[in-house]
Amino acid sequence: MRWPPALLLGGALTAVFAVAALVSFVWTPHGVEGLNIAEKLRTPGATYWLGTDHFGRDILSMLMVGARTSIAVAIVAVGMGVTLGVPLGLLAAARRGGLVDEVVMRGNDLIFAFPALVIAILITAVFGPSALNAILAIGIFNTPVFARVTRGAALSLWTLDYILAARVAGKGGFRISVEHILPNIANLLIVQATIQFSLGILAEAGLSYVGLGAQPPTPSWGRMLAESQTMISFAPHLAIFPGLAIVLTVLGLNLMGDGLRDLLDPRLRRAR
Amino acid sequence: MLRFAISRLVSLGLSLIVASLVIFAVIEGVPGDPAAFMLGLNADPAAVAALREELGLGGSLPARYLDWIGGMLRGDFGISYTYRVPVADLVAARLWVSLPLAAYALALSTAIAFPVGLIAAARRGTAVDAGIMGATQLGIAVPNFWFAMLLVLVFAIQLRLFSAGGFPGWDEGIWINVKALTLPAVALALPQASILARVMRSSVLETLGQDYIRTARAKGLTRRQAVFRHALRNAMIPVLTIIGLQFSFLLAGAIIIENVFFLPGLGRLIFQGITQRDLVVVESVVMLLVFAVITVNFLVDLAYAAVDPRLRRRR
Repeated sequence: MRWPPALLLGGALTAVFAVAALVSFVWTPHGVEGLNIAEKLRTPGATYWLGTDHFGRDILSMLMVGARTSIAVAIVAVGMGVTLGVPLGLLAAARRGGLVDEVVMRGNDLIFAFPALVIAILITAVFGPSALNAILAIGIFNTPVFARVTRGAALSLWTLDYILAARVAGKGGFRISVEHILPNIANLLIVQATIQFSLGILAEAGLSYVGLGAQPPTPSWGRMLAESQTMISFAPHLAIFPGLAIVLTVLGLNLMGDGLRDLLDPRLRRAR
Repeated sequence: MLRFAISRLVSLGLSLIVASLVIFAVIEGVPGDPAAFMLGLNADPAAVAALREELGLGGSLPARYLDWIGGMLRGDFGISYTYRVPVADLVAARLWVSLPLAAYALALSTAIAFPVGLIAAARRGTAVDAGIMGATQLGIAVPNFWFAMLLVLVFAIQLRLFSAGGFPGWDEGIWINVKALTLPAVALALPQASILARVMRSSVLETLGQDYIRTARAKGLTRRQAVFRHALRNAMIPVLTIIGLQFSFLLAGAIIIENVFFLPGLGRLIFQGITQRDLVVVESVVMLLVFAVITVNFLVDLAYAAVDPRLRRRR
Protein backbone atom coordinates (compact mmCIF):
# COMPACT_ATOMS: atom_id res chain seq x y z
CA MET A 1 0.00 0.00 0.00
CA ARG A 2 1.34 3.46 -0.94
CA TRP A 3 0.89 6.16 1.64
CA PRO A 4 -0.38 9.45 0.17
CA PRO A 5 2.32 12.17 0.52
CA ALA A 6 -0.25 14.59 1.97
CA LEU A 7 -0.89 12.13 4.79
CA LEU A 8 2.81 11.81 5.59
CA LEU A 9 3.49 15.56 5.50
CA GLY A 10 0.31 16.42 7.41
CA GLY A 11 0.89 13.64 9.92
CA ALA A 12 4.45 14.83 10.52
CA LEU A 13 3.34 18.45 11.06
CA THR A 14 0.57 17.39 13.41
CA ALA A 15 2.91 15.07 15.29
CA VAL A 16 5.37 17.92 15.91
CA PHE A 17 2.72 19.96 17.72
CA ALA A 18 1.22 16.97 19.52
CA VAL A 19 4.67 16.00 20.81
CA ALA A 20 5.45 19.62 21.78
CA ALA A 21 2.19 19.72 23.76
CA LEU A 22 2.96 16.44 25.52
CA VAL A 23 6.57 17.38 26.28
CA SER A 24 5.36 20.67 27.81
CA PHE A 25 3.82 18.67 30.68
CA VAL A 26 7.28 17.63 31.88
CA TRP A 27 9.68 20.12 30.31
CA THR A 28 9.73 23.54 28.65
CA PRO A 29 12.90 25.50 27.74
CA HIS A 30 11.97 28.15 30.31
CA GLY A 31 9.19 28.60 32.86
CA VAL A 32 5.92 30.16 31.63
CA GLU A 33 4.75 31.54 34.97
CA GLY A 34 6.11 34.54 36.80
CA LEU A 35 7.60 37.73 35.45
CA ASN A 36 11.17 38.34 34.38
CA ILE A 37 11.09 42.00 33.36
CA ALA A 38 14.88 42.16 32.87
CA GLU A 39 14.51 39.74 29.96
CA LYS A 40 11.45 41.36 28.37
CA LEU A 41 10.92 41.71 24.60
CA ARG A 42 14.11 39.86 23.63
CA THR A 43 14.33 39.12 19.93
CA PRO A 44 14.93 35.49 18.88
CA GLY A 45 18.45 34.34 19.81
CA ALA A 46 20.54 31.61 21.41
CA THR A 47 19.01 31.71 24.91
CA TYR A 48 15.43 32.40 23.86
CA TRP A 49 15.02 30.70 20.49
CA LEU A 50 11.83 32.58 19.62
CA GLY A 51 12.39 35.60 21.90
CA THR A 52 10.45 36.74 24.96
CA ASP A 53 7.23 38.70 25.49
CA HIS A 54 6.58 41.94 27.42
CA PHE A 55 6.74 40.04 30.75
CA GLY A 56 10.00 38.32 29.82
CA ARG A 57 8.32 34.95 29.28
CA ASP A 58 9.88 32.60 26.71
CA ILE A 59 7.75 32.49 23.53
CA LEU A 60 8.70 28.92 22.62
CA SER A 61 7.70 27.64 26.06
CA MET A 62 4.41 29.51 25.86
CA LEU A 63 3.73 28.09 22.41
CA MET A 64 4.32 24.56 23.74
CA VAL A 65 1.91 25.06 26.64
CA GLY A 66 -0.51 26.88 24.31
CA ALA A 67 -0.52 23.84 22.01
CA ARG A 68 -1.86 21.90 24.98
CA THR A 69 -4.79 24.32 25.36
CA SER A 70 -5.62 24.32 21.63
CA ILE A 71 -5.40 20.56 21.24
CA ALA A 72 -7.33 19.84 24.43
CA VAL A 73 -10.17 22.20 23.50
CA ALA A 74 -10.36 20.81 19.96
CA ILE A 75 -10.26 17.16 21.07
CA VAL A 76 -13.03 17.56 23.64
CA ALA A 77 -15.13 19.64 21.23
CA VAL A 78 -14.80 17.06 18.43
CA GLY A 79 -15.46 14.27 20.94
CA MET A 80 -18.64 16.06 21.99
CA GLY A 81 -19.72 16.44 18.36
CA VAL A 82 -19.11 12.73 17.68
CA THR A 83 -20.78 11.46 20.87
CA LEU A 84 -23.92 13.52 20.30
CA GLY A 85 -24.00 13.79 16.52
CA VAL A 86 -23.27 10.23 15.38
CA PRO A 87 -26.03 8.50 17.43
CA LEU A 88 -28.50 11.20 16.32
CA GLY A 89 -27.49 10.67 12.69
CA LEU A 90 -27.81 6.87 13.00
CA LEU A 91 -31.20 7.26 14.67
CA ALA A 92 -32.45 9.64 11.99
CA ALA A 93 -31.31 7.26 9.24
CA ALA A 94 -32.90 4.23 10.94
CA ARG A 95 -36.18 6.15 11.22
CA ARG A 96 -35.79 7.84 7.81
CA GLY A 97 -38.82 9.77 6.68
CA GLY A 98 -40.42 9.48 10.10
CA LEU A 99 -41.13 12.01 12.79
CA VAL A 100 -37.86 11.33 14.65
CA ASP A 101 -35.87 11.95 11.46
CA GLU A 102 -37.73 15.19 10.87
CA VAL A 103 -37.17 16.42 14.42
CA VAL A 104 -33.45 15.59 14.33
CA MET A 105 -32.92 17.27 10.98
CA ARG A 106 -34.88 20.42 11.90
CA GLY A 107 -32.92 20.55 15.16
CA ASN A 108 -29.74 20.40 13.08
CA ASP A 109 -30.89 23.25 10.87
CA LEU A 110 -31.62 25.28 13.97
CA ILE A 111 -28.15 24.78 15.47
CA PHE A 112 -26.61 25.62 12.10
CA ALA A 113 -28.20 29.05 12.41
CA PHE A 114 -26.02 29.72 15.46
CA PRO A 115 -22.39 30.22 14.39
CA ALA A 116 -19.90 28.91 17.00
CA LEU A 117 -18.96 32.49 17.80
CA VAL A 118 -22.57 33.42 18.54
CA ILE A 119 -22.99 30.37 20.81
CA ALA A 120 -19.81 31.38 22.62
CA ILE A 121 -21.11 34.94 22.97
CA LEU A 122 -24.39 33.68 24.48
CA ILE A 123 -22.68 31.32 26.92
CA THR A 124 -20.11 33.93 27.92
CA ALA A 125 -22.77 36.60 28.44
CA VAL A 126 -24.35 34.35 31.06
CA PHE A 127 -21.48 32.43 32.67
CA GLY A 128 -18.49 34.68 32.01
CA PRO A 129 -15.50 33.76 29.82
CA SER A 130 -13.54 30.49 30.21
CA ALA A 131 -11.92 27.74 28.15
CA LEU A 132 -14.94 25.57 28.96
CA ASN A 133 -17.19 28.00 27.05
CA ALA A 134 -15.01 27.60 23.99
CA ILE A 135 -15.26 23.79 24.26
CA LEU A 136 -19.06 23.93 24.67
CA ALA A 137 -19.53 26.39 21.82
CA ILE A 138 -17.35 24.45 19.37
CA GLY A 139 -18.81 21.13 20.55
CA ILE A 140 -22.40 22.30 20.05
CA PHE A 141 -21.43 23.61 16.62
CA ASN A 142 -19.87 20.22 15.73
CA THR A 143 -22.91 18.15 16.68
CA PRO A 144 -25.10 18.85 13.62
CA VAL A 145 -22.06 18.44 11.35
CA PHE A 146 -21.56 14.84 12.51
CA ALA A 147 -25.30 14.15 12.59
CA ARG A 148 -25.62 15.21 8.95
CA VAL A 149 -22.58 13.31 7.70
CA THR A 150 -23.67 10.18 9.59
CA ARG A 151 -27.26 10.35 8.39
CA GLY A 152 -26.28 10.99 4.78
CA ALA A 153 -23.83 8.09 4.66
CA ALA A 154 -26.13 5.75 6.60
CA LEU A 155 -29.11 6.48 4.33
CA SER A 156 -27.25 5.18 1.27
CA LEU A 157 -26.26 2.01 3.16
CA TRP A 158 -29.85 1.29 4.28
CA THR A 159 -30.84 0.61 0.65
CA LEU A 160 -28.20 -2.10 0.18
CA ASP A 161 -28.90 -5.84 0.02
CA TYR A 162 -26.76 -6.87 2.97
CA ILE A 163 -28.78 -4.63 5.26
CA LEU A 164 -31.93 -6.25 3.91
CA ALA A 165 -30.34 -9.62 4.66
CA ALA A 166 -29.68 -8.51 8.23
CA ARG A 167 -33.31 -7.47 8.59
CA VAL A 168 -34.49 -10.80 7.22
CA ALA A 169 -32.24 -12.41 9.82
CA GLY A 170 -34.35 -10.61 12.43
CA LYS A 171 -32.05 -7.78 13.49
CA GLY A 172 -33.68 -4.54 14.58
CA GLY A 173 -32.80 -0.96 13.64
CA PHE A 174 -30.50 -0.49 16.62
CA ARG A 175 -28.42 -3.65 16.03
CA ILE A 176 -28.16 -3.00 12.31
CA SER A 177 -27.02 0.60 12.98
CA VAL A 178 -24.36 -0.47 15.44
CA GLU A 179 -23.18 -3.72 13.84
CA HIS A 180 -23.45 -2.98 10.12
CA ILE A 181 -23.86 0.74 9.45
CA LEU A 182 -21.39 2.23 11.91
CA PRO A 183 -18.35 0.11 10.90
CA ASN A 184 -18.98 0.96 7.25
CA ILE A 185 -19.14 4.72 7.76
CA ALA A 186 -16.28 4.84 10.28
CA ASN A 187 -13.77 5.89 7.59
CA LEU A 188 -15.90 8.82 6.60
CA LEU A 189 -16.31 9.86 10.22
CA ILE A 190 -12.56 9.71 10.83
CA VAL A 191 -11.92 12.02 7.87
CA GLN A 192 -14.67 14.40 9.05
CA ALA A 193 -13.24 14.36 12.58
CA THR A 194 -9.85 15.45 11.23
CA ILE A 195 -11.45 18.36 9.39
CA GLN A 196 -13.50 19.38 12.42
CA PHE A 197 -10.38 19.12 14.56
CA SER A 198 -8.58 21.67 12.41
CA LEU A 199 -11.66 23.93 12.41
CA GLY A 200 -11.73 23.53 16.19
CA ILE A 201 -8.13 24.75 16.50
CA LEU A 202 -8.98 27.80 14.35
CA ALA A 203 -12.18 28.48 16.30
CA GLU A 204 -10.42 28.17 19.66
CA ALA A 205 -7.76 30.64 18.52
CA GLY A 206 -10.45 33.08 17.36
CA LEU A 207 -12.45 32.80 20.59
CA SER A 208 -9.35 33.22 22.78
CA TYR A 209 -8.30 36.16 20.62
CA VAL A 210 -11.53 38.06 21.34
CA GLY A 211 -11.41 37.05 25.01
CA LEU A 212 -14.16 34.40 25.00
CA GLY A 213 -11.82 31.42 25.45
CA ALA A 214 -8.93 30.48 27.74
CA GLN A 215 -8.31 33.10 30.42
CA PRO A 216 -5.01 34.32 31.93
CA PRO A 217 -2.73 32.87 33.12
CA THR A 218 -3.42 29.82 30.87
CA PRO A 219 -1.24 30.38 27.80
CA SER A 220 -3.16 30.10 24.54
CA TRP A 221 -2.19 30.93 20.98
CA GLY A 222 -5.19 33.19 20.40
CA ARG A 223 -4.54 35.23 23.54
CA MET A 224 -0.83 35.53 22.76
CA LEU A 225 -1.88 37.11 19.46
CA ALA A 226 -4.34 39.45 21.19
CA GLU A 227 -1.66 40.59 23.65
CA SER A 228 0.92 41.07 20.88
CA GLN A 229 -1.34 43.36 18.88
CA THR A 230 -0.46 46.62 20.60
CA MET A 231 3.26 45.81 20.38
CA ILE A 232 3.31 44.69 16.75
CA SER A 233 5.16 47.81 15.54
CA PHE A 234 8.23 47.28 17.76
CA ALA A 235 8.04 43.53 18.57
CA PRO A 236 6.58 41.79 15.51
CA HIS A 237 8.01 38.41 16.60
CA LEU A 238 5.35 38.30 19.34
CA ALA A 239 2.66 38.21 16.66
CA ILE A 240 4.43 36.12 14.05
CA PHE A 241 5.28 32.92 15.96
CA PRO A 242 1.88 32.14 17.55
CA GLY A 243 0.25 32.77 14.17
CA LEU A 244 2.68 30.42 12.45
CA ALA A 245 1.96 27.77 15.08
CA ILE A 246 -1.78 27.99 14.30
CA VAL A 247 -1.23 27.93 10.54
CA LEU A 248 1.13 24.94 10.62
CA THR A 249 -1.12 22.90 12.95
CA VAL A 250 -4.24 23.58 10.88
CA LEU A 251 -2.36 22.95 7.64
CA GLY A 252 -1.01 19.68 9.02
CA LEU A 253 -4.48 18.51 10.07
CA ASN A 254 -6.04 19.49 6.74
CA LEU A 255 -3.34 17.70 4.76
CA MET A 256 -3.78 14.68 7.01
CA GLY A 257 -7.54 14.76 6.37
CA ASP A 258 -7.00 14.89 2.60
CA GLY A 259 -4.45 12.07 2.79
CA LEU A 260 -6.71 9.92 4.97
CA ARG A 261 -9.58 10.43 2.55
CA ASP A 262 -7.41 9.26 -0.35
CA LEU A 263 -6.17 6.31 1.65
CA LEU A 264 -9.52 5.20 3.07
CA ASP A 265 -11.74 5.93 0.08
CA PRO A 266 -9.94 5.38 -3.23
CA ARG A 267 -13.13 6.19 -5.15
CA LEU A 268 -12.86 9.84 -4.16
CA ARG A 269 -9.39 10.21 -5.64
CA ARG A 270 -10.77 10.75 -9.12
CA ALA A 271 -13.09 13.55 -8.08
CA ARG A 272 -10.40 15.75 -6.60
CA MET B 1 -42.71 26.22 -6.83
CA LEU B 2 -45.34 28.09 -4.80
CA ARG B 3 -45.95 25.00 -2.66
CA PHE B 4 -42.22 24.66 -2.05
CA ALA B 5 -41.91 28.34 -1.16
CA ILE B 6 -44.80 28.15 1.30
CA SER B 7 -43.45 25.04 3.03
CA ARG B 8 -40.03 26.69 3.33
CA LEU B 9 -41.66 29.87 4.65
CA VAL B 10 -43.47 27.92 7.38
CA SER B 11 -40.19 26.25 8.28
CA LEU B 12 -38.47 29.67 8.34
CA GLY B 13 -41.08 31.00 10.76
CA LEU B 14 -40.78 27.96 13.04
CA SER B 15 -36.97 28.20 13.06
CA LEU B 16 -37.13 31.86 14.02
CA ILE B 17 -39.58 31.18 16.85
CA VAL B 18 -37.53 28.31 18.27
CA ALA B 19 -34.27 30.28 17.91
CA SER B 20 -35.78 33.25 19.73
CA LEU B 21 -37.03 30.94 22.53
CA VAL B 22 -33.53 29.48 22.90
CA ILE B 23 -31.91 32.91 23.09
CA PHE B 24 -34.55 34.18 25.51
CA ALA B 25 -34.21 31.08 27.70
CA VAL B 26 -30.41 31.37 27.83
CA ILE B 27 -30.33 35.09 28.63
CA GLU B 28 -33.35 35.51 30.87
CA GLY B 29 -34.15 32.01 32.04
CA VAL B 30 -30.85 31.52 33.88
CA PRO B 31 -31.12 31.33 37.64
CA GLY B 32 -30.83 34.68 39.36
CA ASP B 33 -31.94 38.17 38.64
CA PRO B 34 -30.68 39.70 35.37
CA ALA B 35 -30.79 43.16 36.92
CA ALA B 36 -28.61 42.06 39.84
CA PHE B 37 -26.32 40.26 37.37
CA MET B 38 -25.92 43.37 35.24
CA LEU B 39 -25.12 45.61 38.17
CA GLY B 40 -22.67 43.20 39.79
CA LEU B 41 -22.39 41.69 43.25
CA ASN B 42 -22.05 44.86 45.30
CA ALA B 43 -24.98 46.71 43.77
CA ASP B 44 -27.29 48.89 45.79
CA PRO B 45 -30.66 47.04 46.18
CA ALA B 46 -32.54 50.22 45.26
CA ALA B 47 -30.58 50.49 42.00
CA VAL B 48 -31.34 46.84 41.24
CA ALA B 49 -35.04 47.39 41.85
CA ALA B 50 -34.99 50.48 39.61
CA LEU B 51 -33.24 48.55 36.84
CA ARG B 52 -35.71 45.68 37.17
CA GLU B 53 -38.48 48.17 36.59
CA GLU B 54 -36.66 49.74 33.64
CA LEU B 55 -35.97 46.37 31.99
CA GLY B 56 -39.60 45.34 32.37
CA LEU B 57 -38.72 42.32 34.48
CA GLY B 58 -41.91 42.60 36.47
CA GLY B 59 -44.18 40.31 34.47
CA SER B 60 -44.21 36.55 34.04
CA LEU B 61 -41.73 34.80 31.71
CA PRO B 62 -44.19 34.27 28.83
CA ALA B 63 -45.36 37.88 29.09
CA ARG B 64 -41.75 39.11 28.99
CA TYR B 65 -40.99 36.89 25.98
CA LEU B 66 -43.98 38.20 24.06
CA ASP B 67 -43.01 41.72 25.06
CA TRP B 68 -39.48 41.24 23.74
CA ILE B 69 -40.55 39.60 20.46
CA GLY B 70 -43.38 42.07 19.92
CA GLY B 71 -40.93 44.91 20.48
CA MET B 72 -38.40 43.47 18.03
CA LEU B 73 -41.08 43.06 15.38
CA ARG B 74 -41.95 46.75 15.77
CA GLY B 75 -38.26 47.72 15.67
CA ASP B 76 -38.11 48.39 19.41
CA PHE B 77 -35.13 46.40 20.73
CA GLY B 78 -35.26 47.82 24.25
CA ILE B 79 -33.06 50.39 25.96
CA SER B 80 -29.35 49.77 26.40
CA TYR B 81 -28.46 49.83 30.06
CA THR B 82 -24.98 51.31 29.59
CA TYR B 83 -25.63 53.70 26.70
CA ARG B 84 -29.10 54.78 27.86
CA VAL B 85 -30.29 54.93 24.27
CA PRO B 86 -32.56 52.57 22.31
CA VAL B 87 -30.68 49.44 21.19
CA ALA B 88 -32.28 49.81 17.75
CA ASP B 89 -30.44 53.12 17.25
CA LEU B 90 -27.13 51.57 18.31
CA VAL B 91 -27.65 48.62 15.97
CA ALA B 92 -28.67 50.82 13.05
CA ALA B 93 -25.51 52.92 13.40
CA ARG B 94 -23.26 49.86 13.68
CA LEU B 95 -24.89 48.08 10.74
CA TRP B 96 -23.54 50.80 8.46
CA VAL B 97 -20.06 49.53 9.26
CA SER B 98 -20.62 45.76 9.49
CA LEU B 99 -22.79 45.32 6.41
CA PRO B 100 -20.53 47.25 4.00
CA LEU B 101 -17.56 45.32 5.42
CA ALA B 102 -19.25 41.96 4.83
CA ALA B 103 -20.39 42.98 1.35
CA TYR B 104 -16.92 44.27 0.45
CA ALA B 105 -15.32 41.00 1.63
CA LEU B 106 -17.88 38.90 -0.23
CA ALA B 107 -17.29 40.86 -3.44
CA LEU B 108 -13.52 40.51 -3.09
CA SER B 109 -13.59 36.79 -2.35
CA THR B 110 -15.95 36.09 -5.26
CA ALA B 111 -13.88 38.22 -7.63
CA ILE B 112 -10.75 36.27 -6.67
CA ALA B 113 -12.22 32.78 -6.33
CA PHE B 114 -14.12 32.51 -9.63
CA PRO B 115 -11.22 33.10 -12.05
CA VAL B 116 -8.71 31.27 -9.82
CA GLY B 117 -10.92 28.19 -9.47
CA LEU B 118 -11.70 28.21 -13.17
CA ILE B 119 -8.02 28.44 -14.13
CA ALA B 120 -7.12 25.61 -11.77
CA ALA B 121 -9.84 23.43 -13.29
CA ALA B 122 -8.85 24.30 -16.86
CA ARG B 123 -5.17 23.55 -16.13
CA ARG B 124 -5.93 20.47 -14.08
CA GLY B 125 -2.85 18.43 -13.17
CA THR B 126 -0.35 21.11 -14.23
CA ALA B 127 2.03 23.14 -12.07
CA VAL B 128 -0.44 26.06 -12.20
CA ASP B 129 -3.15 23.85 -10.68
CA ALA B 130 -0.79 22.49 -8.02
CA GLY B 131 0.35 26.03 -7.15
CA ILE B 132 -3.23 27.30 -6.81
CA MET B 133 -4.30 24.30 -4.74
CA GLY B 134 -1.29 24.74 -2.45
CA ALA B 135 -2.02 28.45 -2.01
CA THR B 136 -5.69 27.80 -1.17
CA GLN B 137 -4.69 25.07 1.29
CA LEU B 138 -2.57 27.71 3.04
CA GLY B 139 -5.35 30.31 2.79
CA ILE B 140 -7.75 28.01 4.64
CA ALA B 141 -5.24 27.42 7.44
CA VAL B 142 -4.50 31.11 8.11
CA PRO B 143 -6.70 32.62 10.87
CA ASN B 144 -8.19 35.78 9.37
CA PHE B 145 -7.42 37.91 12.44
CA TRP B 146 -3.74 36.95 12.26
CA PHE B 147 -3.66 37.73 8.54
CA ALA B 148 -5.24 41.06 9.45
CA MET B 149 -2.43 41.77 11.93
CA LEU B 150 0.18 40.95 9.27
CA LEU B 151 -1.59 43.29 6.83
CA VAL B 152 -1.44 46.04 9.45
CA LEU B 153 2.25 45.34 10.03
CA VAL B 154 3.10 45.56 6.32
CA PHE B 155 0.65 48.07 4.83
CA ALA B 156 0.00 50.36 7.80
CA ILE B 157 3.18 50.29 9.86
CA GLN B 158 5.93 49.60 7.28
CA LEU B 159 4.53 51.07 4.05
CA ARG B 160 2.12 53.59 5.63
CA LEU B 161 -0.38 53.09 2.82
CA PHE B 162 -3.39 52.49 5.07
CA SER B 163 -4.33 53.45 8.60
CA ALA B 164 -3.98 50.69 11.19
CA GLY B 165 -7.61 50.95 12.27
CA GLY B 166 -10.57 53.12 13.01
CA PHE B 167 -13.45 54.28 10.88
CA PRO B 168 -13.99 57.96 9.95
CA GLY B 169 -17.76 57.66 9.40
CA TRP B 170 -19.75 57.96 6.18
CA ASP B 171 -20.20 61.75 6.59
CA GLU B 172 -16.49 62.14 5.85
CA GLY B 173 -16.86 60.95 2.28
CA ILE B 174 -16.99 57.58 0.58
CA TRP B 175 -13.38 56.97 -0.44
CA ILE B 176 -11.79 57.54 2.92
CA ASN B 177 -14.18 54.95 4.42
CA VAL B 178 -13.71 52.45 1.61
CA LYS B 179 -10.00 52.80 2.24
CA ALA B 180 -10.50 52.22 5.96
CA LEU B 181 -12.47 49.05 5.21
CA THR B 182 -10.00 47.73 2.62
CA LEU B 183 -7.52 45.92 4.91
CA PRO B 184 -10.33 44.39 7.04
CA ALA B 185 -12.15 43.23 3.90
CA VAL B 186 -9.01 41.69 2.41
CA ALA B 187 -8.32 39.84 5.68
CA LEU B 188 -11.91 38.60 5.81
CA ALA B 189 -11.94 37.60 2.14
CA LEU B 190 -8.78 35.43 2.14
CA PRO B 191 -10.11 32.23 3.77
CA GLN B 192 -13.48 32.64 2.02
CA ALA B 193 -11.78 33.00 -1.36
CA SER B 194 -9.64 29.92 -0.70
CA ILE B 195 -12.61 27.72 0.13
CA LEU B 196 -14.66 29.14 -2.75
CA ALA B 197 -11.85 28.64 -5.29
CA ARG B 198 -11.58 24.97 -4.29
CA VAL B 199 -15.34 24.46 -4.59
CA MET B 200 -15.33 26.26 -7.94
CA ARG B 201 -12.51 24.04 -9.23
CA SER B 202 -14.08 20.73 -8.21
CA SER B 203 -17.50 21.84 -9.40
CA VAL B 204 -16.20 22.82 -12.86
CA LEU B 205 -14.25 19.54 -13.08
CA GLU B 206 -17.41 17.65 -12.16
CA THR B 207 -19.46 19.27 -14.93
CA LEU B 208 -16.65 18.85 -17.47
CA GLY B 209 -17.02 15.08 -17.05
CA GLN B 210 -20.73 15.17 -17.97
CA ASP B 211 -22.14 13.74 -21.19
CA TYR B 212 -23.55 17.06 -22.38
CA ILE B 213 -20.04 18.53 -22.44
CA ARG B 214 -18.91 15.61 -24.59
CA THR B 215 -21.90 16.29 -26.85
CA ALA B 216 -20.94 19.95 -27.05
CA ARG B 217 -17.38 19.05 -27.99
CA ALA B 218 -18.65 16.49 -30.51
CA LYS B 219 -20.76 19.07 -32.29
CA GLY B 220 -17.63 21.15 -32.79
CA LEU B 221 -17.30 23.56 -29.86
CA THR B 222 -13.78 24.18 -28.59
CA ARG B 223 -13.01 23.27 -25.00
CA ARG B 224 -13.16 26.94 -24.07
CA GLN B 225 -16.56 27.42 -25.68
CA ALA B 226 -17.88 24.30 -23.97
CA VAL B 227 -16.70 25.59 -20.60
CA PHE B 228 -18.19 29.05 -20.97
CA ARG B 229 -21.47 28.08 -22.63
CA HIS B 230 -22.36 24.90 -20.77
CA ALA B 231 -20.09 23.91 -17.89
CA LEU B 232 -19.97 27.23 -16.06
CA ARG B 233 -23.70 27.66 -15.54
CA ASN B 234 -24.15 24.17 -14.22
CA ALA B 235 -21.09 24.46 -12.02
CA MET B 236 -22.57 27.52 -10.33
CA ILE B 237 -25.18 25.67 -8.22
CA PRO B 238 -22.78 24.15 -5.65
CA VAL B 239 -20.76 27.38 -5.67
CA LEU B 240 -23.84 29.43 -4.80
CA THR B 241 -24.71 26.96 -2.04
CA ILE B 242 -21.30 27.45 -0.48
CA ILE B 243 -21.58 31.24 -0.72
CA GLY B 244 -24.86 30.98 1.19
CA LEU B 245 -23.39 28.66 3.80
CA GLN B 246 -20.38 30.94 4.19
CA PHE B 247 -22.59 33.84 5.16
CA SER B 248 -22.60 32.82 8.83
CA PHE B 249 -18.81 32.46 8.77
CA LEU B 250 -18.53 35.86 7.14
CA LEU B 251 -20.68 37.37 9.87
CA ALA B 252 -18.68 35.72 12.66
CA GLY B 253 -15.44 36.64 10.91
CA ALA B 254 -16.52 40.27 10.60
CA ILE B 255 -17.22 40.38 14.34
CA ILE B 256 -13.64 39.25 15.08
CA ILE B 257 -11.99 41.37 12.38
CA GLU B 258 -13.76 44.50 13.68
CA ASN B 259 -11.83 43.93 16.88
CA VAL B 260 -8.47 43.95 15.08
CA PHE B 261 -9.17 47.25 13.33
CA PHE B 262 -11.18 48.95 16.08
CA LEU B 263 -14.14 49.33 13.71
CA PRO B 264 -17.35 50.51 15.40
CA GLY B 265 -19.49 47.67 14.02
CA LEU B 266 -21.87 45.10 15.49
CA GLY B 267 -18.92 43.03 16.74
CA ARG B 268 -17.57 45.82 18.92
CA LEU B 269 -21.10 46.51 20.15
CA ILE B 270 -21.65 42.91 21.22
CA PHE B 271 -18.28 42.60 22.98
CA GLN B 272 -18.83 45.86 24.83
CA GLY B 273 -22.25 44.48 25.74
CA ILE B 274 -20.64 41.39 27.23
CA THR B 275 -17.91 43.18 29.20
CA GLN B 276 -20.37 45.77 30.51
CA ARG B 277 -23.00 43.09 31.19
CA ASP B 278 -25.46 44.90 28.97
CA LEU B 279 -27.65 41.84 28.38
CA VAL B 280 -30.34 43.76 26.49
CA VAL B 281 -27.78 44.60 23.80
CA VAL B 282 -26.37 41.03 23.68
CA GLU B 283 -29.82 39.44 23.46
CA SER B 284 -31.05 41.69 20.66
CA VAL B 285 -27.86 41.63 18.58
CA VAL B 286 -27.58 37.82 18.84
CA MET B 287 -31.22 37.49 17.74
CA LEU B 288 -30.50 39.80 14.83
CA LEU B 289 -27.44 37.76 13.75
CA VAL B 290 -29.36 34.48 13.95
CA PHE B 291 -32.26 36.05 12.07
CA ALA B 292 -29.84 37.09 9.31
CA VAL B 293 -28.32 33.60 9.02
CA ILE B 294 -31.71 31.82 8.93
CA THR B 295 -33.12 34.28 6.40
CA VAL B 296 -30.11 34.04 4.09
CA ASN B 297 -30.30 30.23 4.14
CA PHE B 298 -34.00 30.46 3.33
CA LEU B 299 -33.29 32.78 0.39
CA VAL B 300 -30.52 30.47 -0.91
CA ASP B 301 -32.90 27.48 -0.72
CA LEU B 302 -35.49 29.43 -2.64
CA ALA B 303 -32.96 30.71 -5.18
CA TYR B 304 -31.76 27.33 -6.21
CA ALA B 305 -35.16 25.80 -6.28
CA ALA B 306 -35.95 28.55 -8.78
CA VAL B 307 -32.81 27.72 -10.79
CA ASP B 308 -33.02 23.94 -10.57
CA PRO B 309 -36.53 22.44 -10.55
CA ARG B 310 -35.14 19.03 -9.51
CA LEU B 311 -34.38 20.40 -6.04
CA ARG B 312 -38.00 21.33 -5.34
CA ARG B 313 -39.07 17.74 -4.87
CA ARG B 314 -36.22 16.81 -2.57
CA ARG B 315 -37.71 17.87 0.72
